[in-house]
Amino acid sequence: MIDEDFVKSVLSGRDFLSLIHQNDCLTLNCEPESIGEFCLFLRDEQTFDLLVDLTAIDHGTDADIRFSVVVHLYSLIHKSYLRIHINCTDNESPVAPSLSSVFPAANWHEREVFDMFGIQFTDHPNMKRILMWDDYPYFPLRKEFPLAGIDVPLPAADVSEVTGAKVEPAPMMGGPFVSSVTGRMSEAEPRAKDESWTEDIEKPL
Amino acid sequence: MVTNEVGYNSKVEGEVIVTRADAVVNWIRKHSVWPMPMGLACCAIELMASAASRYDISRFGMEVMRFSPRQSDCMIVAGTVTYKMAEVVRRIYDQMGDPKWVVAMGACASTGGMYRSYAVMQGVDNVVPVDVYVSGCPPRPEALLDAMMKLQDKIGREPAIKNLSKKPESSLVS
Repeated sequence: MIDEDFVKSVLSGRDFLSLIHQNDCLTLNCEPESIGEFCLFLRDEQTFDLLVDLTAIDHGTDADIRFSVVVHLYSLIHKSYLRIHINCTDNESPVAPSLSSVFPAANWHEREVFDMFGIQFTDHPNMKRILMWDDYPYFPLRKEFPLAGIDVPLPAADVSEVTGAKVEPAPMMGGPFVSSVTGRMSEAEPRAKDESWTEDIEKPL
Repeated sequence: MVTNEVGYNSKVEGEVIVTRADAVVNWIRKHSVWPMPMGLACCAIELMASAASRYDISRFGMEVMRFSPRQSDCMIVAGTVTYKMAEVVRRIYDQMGDPKWVVAMGACASTGGMYRSYAVMQGVDNVVPVDVYVSGCPPRPEALLDAMMKLQDKIGREPAIKNLSKKPESSLVS
């Protein structure tokens, strides 16, 4: 049972933890140095043995702590979730400890976080991109990265030479494209949210 | 004598049929298009449906889906082509023997579709020459069959030896 007593018992004697008040489930902030040991404790002694998700947040280019890794654990005994935030100290080249030795499922999740946010996980067995190609120079889910993308060469130089194809920003044309929930289904196909601007006509201020 | 008889009449023409080479070659080609399913996303499910009994693509002589580019004539690009996958699509296209055709099935393969994003190529025609585009997200099997019939018409119209004189300059593999 996740109640106040449980929270107290977890927090007591662990000054690397702090409580974050969120409405949906118990949320803790953990210092990066202690996360491995704390996750072992949660997995082996508190039955939080299911790694549901491991992702990251970019708090914005101006934030004091720009990146934090977020881990969701689930206990089949407590029937409850537990969320852990880990703040990455360095904003320029963020680093976090890998959990793949505790939860093997974290392996690919951490590679995805590295791919999208550029957070390096120390002691990860295979720290390389998982979705984008290896030479891709950007981290697409960072706040400063435009949704449409940035000009880069195609991963295969010979294909690019023959076809002239390259990676270029996608035409947004007032997008992103969403379908309306209300109204007739025949008119609910995805369309630009804001049709007042395109790539040729500037967005009105 | 039957008056509505058409075509070959052995009594009149003996054992000789006179026609154009193009007509014969294209007639053979268009009725045995061997497609290669380049199934990249959900359109591939509709592609499978059009091969199943209800829609039955074999009515048009196209049921022989080959999973090897060496044995197929027509690449059906069914799904979202990411920049990472575009290279693979092109290489597989190059491995197909001439003559070969490409059908871009669905909005994603034709234009990038709903994926206006950093990761998705905005139309497979950036890397391979497309003969027929099919609209829809995903297209119904009828739409794909219509496209394949249009492709048959196109095969019937083109000069049959055009690929013999073509230099393989656009190919990555020799």
